[in-house]
Formats: sequence, C-alpha cells, structure tokens
Amino acid sequence: MIPAPAPAALSTERRVPGFGGFNRTLLGIEIKRRLRNRRTLFFTIAFPVIMLIAFGSQYKDTPLNAALPVSKGGTSVTAFIMISMAVYGAMLASTSAGGAVAIERAQGWSRQLRLTPLTPVANIAVKIIGGLAVGLLAVLGTFATGIFLGVRMELHIWILAGLTAWLGSLVFTALGLLAGYLVPSENVMQFMGPVLAFLAFFGGLFQPLKTMTPALQNIGVWTPTYGIGEIARAPLTGDAFNWAAAGNVLVWLIVFGTGAALAFRRDTKRV
Amino acid sequence: MSEAVLSQPGPVALTAAPVAAVDARGLHKSFGSVHAVNGIDLTIAPGEIVALLGPNGAGKTTTIDLLLGLAKPDRGDVRIYGHTPRGAIARGQVSAVMQTGGLLKDLTVRETVALTASLFADTQPVDEVLGRAGISEIADRRVEKCSGGQQQRLRFAMALVSDPGLLVLDEPTTGMDVEGRRDFWDAIRSDAARGRTVIFATHYLDEADAYADRIILLRRGRIVADGTAAHIRSLASGRTVRASVSNLDAAAVEALPGVDEFEVRADTVSIRTRDSDAAARYLLTHTDASDLEITSHNLEDAFLALTSDPGGADSDEPSRPAEEGTK
Repeated sequence: MIPAPAPAALSTERRVPGFGGFNRTLLGIEIKRRLRNRRTLFFTIAFPVIMLIAFGSQYKDTPLNAALPVSKGGTSVTAFIMISMAVYGAMLASTSAGGAVAIERAQGWSRQLRLTPLTPVANIAVKIIGGLAVGLLAVLGTFATGIFLGVRMELHIWILAGLTAWLGSLVFTALGLLAGYLVPSENVMQFMGPVLAFLAFFGGLFQPLKTMTPALQNIGVWTPTYGIGEIARAPLTGDAFNWAAAGNVLVWLIVFGTGAALAFRRDTKRV
Repeated sequence: MSEAVLSQPGPVALTAAPVAAVDARGLHKSFGSVHAVNGIDLTIAPGEIVALLGPNGAGKTTTIDLLLGLAKPDRGDVRIYGHTPRGAIARGQVSAVMQTGGLLKDLTVRETVALTASLFADTQPVDEVLGRAGISEIADRRVEKCSGGQQQRLRFAMALVSDPGLLVLDEPTTGMDVEGRRDFWDAIRSDAARGRTVIFATHYLDEADAYADRIILLRRGRIVADGTAAHIRSLASGRTVRASVSNLDAAAVEALPGVDEFEVRADTVSIRTRDSDAAARYLLTHTDASDLEITSHNLEDAFLALTSDPGGADSDEPSRPAEEGTK
C-alpha cells in the first residue's frame, strides 16, 4: 500500500466499507480477546476436560452396550461422557461470546461502534464466529482428552458428534446475546455460568437422562441442552433420529434468537 | 477551443457553493416534558472551529447526539456534508470524541486504533495517527492501565483514523489537569490547521475563547448568541468607562447614548455603556475627567448575562442580539 501523503485539503469523496464493516482485523482482535480471557478459557476449555478426566476415565472399560464389551470393539461410557462434555464446552464458549455484548454495552463500546460504519449485523456475526472459534477449541480439547483416555470410535462418529456439538452451540450464542442485551452488567457470565450448569445437569449432559427419575426426565426433555446432547450422541449410541430432540433445538433457537433480536432493538432505541 | 474552456463551470462553481459541514434545520428533541433541544438551526462551513457553550442542561450534548445520529430528532433534519448522520459516519466523514467510556479495557492502545481503522474504507496509517495524538510510546499499553488524559488522546486518535472532515468533541477536557488540557488543545489545533471542521461542547469559557473561531451560546435548548468571542463579549452590554472626575453632571451622563447604568464613588465615576466612545468623549470634553480607562466585559460577563434565567436584571437585553445571531 502506498501511504497517502497528508492532503492539503480533506477529501470529501469517501467510500462505504463492504460487508457492513466486517473484516479480518476485527474478527482477529475479537478472537484474541476471547483467548486472552483466562476465566473464559478455564471454564470453556479446561473445565470440560477436567470433568471428563474426573468422571469419565473410570468408565473406559464399561461398555455402553452390555452385549458388546469394549475389549471386543464396543464403545465405552467414557465416549458417551466425552461427547456430552464437548457439547457443554462449546455451549459455554458460545454463551460467553454472545454475552460479551453486555461488557461492551457497560463500557460504552456499543455506543462508540455506532460512530463507525460497522453495522449491528456485522458485529453480531463477529460474536457468532468468535464463539464458534473458541467452541471449536473446546470440542477438540475434549476429543483429544478422550483419545488420550482410550476412546476409540469410527471416524464418521467423531465428525458427526463433533460437528453437532460445535454448530449446535449456536443456540447458546443466541442465548448469550439475549442475556447480554438484557443484563445491564459486565458480569453476565457470573450469572449465566450457574444457569448453564443447571441446564446441563437437567438436560442430561452430566448424567444420562435415562438414569434419572421419571419426573426429572419429563422436565429434562424441555431444557435447551437436551436436544443438542441427544443429537450429538446419536451416532455413538446408534439411536434412531430423535424428532423430539430436533424440535427441541429448533424451538429454543427460535426463542433465543427472537428474544435476542427484540432485546437488541430495545437496547439501540434507548441509545 | 476557447469556447469549450469558457463553457466549463470549472472551479468557480465548486467554490461558489461548497457543501456545508453541518446543516441542521429546525431541530427539536424532548425527553418527557423536557425540551432538551427546542428549535435549533445551524449551518457550519468547512474549516470552522465552533464552540457550543452553555451551562449544564443547555442542550449541548443532545445537540451533539442529534448531529451524530445517536439520537433521532422529534422534528427537523440534519445533514453532514450533504449526508444523513449515519451516511456520513459510514463514509468516515464525521467522528467524535466522547467524554467518557467508549473504550474496551482489555485491548491495547494500538489494537484499539487498529480495530477502529479496520472498520472504515479509507483510513490513515495507524502509526501516524498514534503519533499525531501523542500516544506512540504507550501503544502497547492496555487501555485499563492508561490515565484519563491518555485515554482521552486515544479517543482522539480513534476519531482521527478515518481522517474525518468534521470532528465533534463533547466536553473533551473534562477531568484533565491544566497541562493535559493545553496539550490536548495543541494537538487539536495543529490538526485543525489542515482544514478539519471542529465542533466542541464545553462549559469552560476560556476554552471557547482561546480555541474557537465561532461561539454558539446555548440556553434551554435554543441558540441565544452566535458569533466570534469578541462579538459575544460585545453582546454583554458593551464596556465600562471609568475616570476620576469632580464636576460630573449626573443628568447629562444619564442622557448619553447607550448608557445602561453608572455610579459615582468618591471622585470616581463608573459608566456601563454600549457606546463607550460617546461616554469617553463626553467625559474628556465636558468634565475635568482624568485617568480615564475603558474596559470591555469579559466573556464570562457575557456568558452569565446571556444564559441567566429570564427575570434577571438583564434578561431582555441579550435576547435581541440572540435572535439576530440565529438568522
């Protein structure tokens, strides 16, 4: 690039940037910020790995299907827990990425951005991609730990389970954005962290829903964590496609997405 | 061929009607029952340095928000270089330095400027902008570790990065010490020498006096005076003429043109007048006046006179020149 000489007169012929101001520098700095935040890194990447080691490693010889022992090529309960933890990690990453708008609102950054060409849609796209970037690390981290613990699965199961855990977390980007536009505080994740742990428990990520009481199971199927967990583990368990799980994901995506859009509108109107 | 040259409108047409940096018409904005902006018309030519001066609650910040499109006027229209505020922002033609906030604490100074630069289509090199704002040495410092003055220069750097035609500053030196204020204004001034239009809101009279070509005085959401600092000063009922005198004819002094009030103490007469020449001429030719001095009112007198509430002694006086000013 040729550096522009200091012009004698200021130019009034100006261009509008493409893609609403979306660009690689913006995305790069967003991802760098996520990775610099030690608390986020601990909860999204280290925590699921620690959970997997603490609660999953003891079941590495326990077959998921009693008829097919691990020693004879069957999959272990550890694999089941590993996928649940991948879902949990990706979901934390996405929620905190969306929830970051609360920090930006509290620090006046959202208002500053309104003095730039960046459109709200481009800004939200950056949040979504930033969340997916950290979520991918969370999924890969749990899978690598799983391999280290001796989990062996067919390649297509790794890919399908990984993709579902990763992309399914978009539901939680929407939840994070909703919370970020509603909660007038920088500490939105201190509030959302326990909420997510609660949802993860009742949705069957920490303990299979089938082992819970019927009453808890009836509640569990309505939580936003249930559908993604079921679909992500389906390639492993060999369960038939679960329409209730798919409906669960779709409905929560619509609920959180619409809520985030409404909260966003309310927020920008107020200035 | 000469005909072709003649028929070209050429530069004459361009210089005859330059597009205004700011063209605001009939702005109104209320918050509940409060008319924060109550009928403001404003045209600012490119290159002007304009101070929006007024007491708290006069409507300075709301006016700025309307110019920047951060708030929508209830009535009226704003054009910045011929565009809507949003259109001008998207083209990098206007930027602003806000009083507080607007920074991400976990970014470094350089990252903040680089991020801002990445959002615009046409920008200045980041290092050059850091230099011009005087923050090259702290480029790698986290924003949260910067002092208030350094953060304010960072906001200034962010505002410069798109090389905007119009720079808007909302009370930019609030909370800075004297030296910090001077450094900040030196940076703004040397930058404005390149032809940038600058609008700044302030409640520091000396800032408006020292740095603005034009002062717009606001009170209760209206423009009450508009002109150079000298013009505004003159609106505060002219000057005071003092002299030592022993044979003064009070009735004659009262009859002089432009006299607002006068008082005699011991041998000293003090006349407040809008026509200091007439008072001085009278004193020197019809009395034994000596040690005569003429002092103009300072901007603070004008400010107080023009922005004080109606019902005060001089309340009606300033409103006349004010209407003149808003034309």
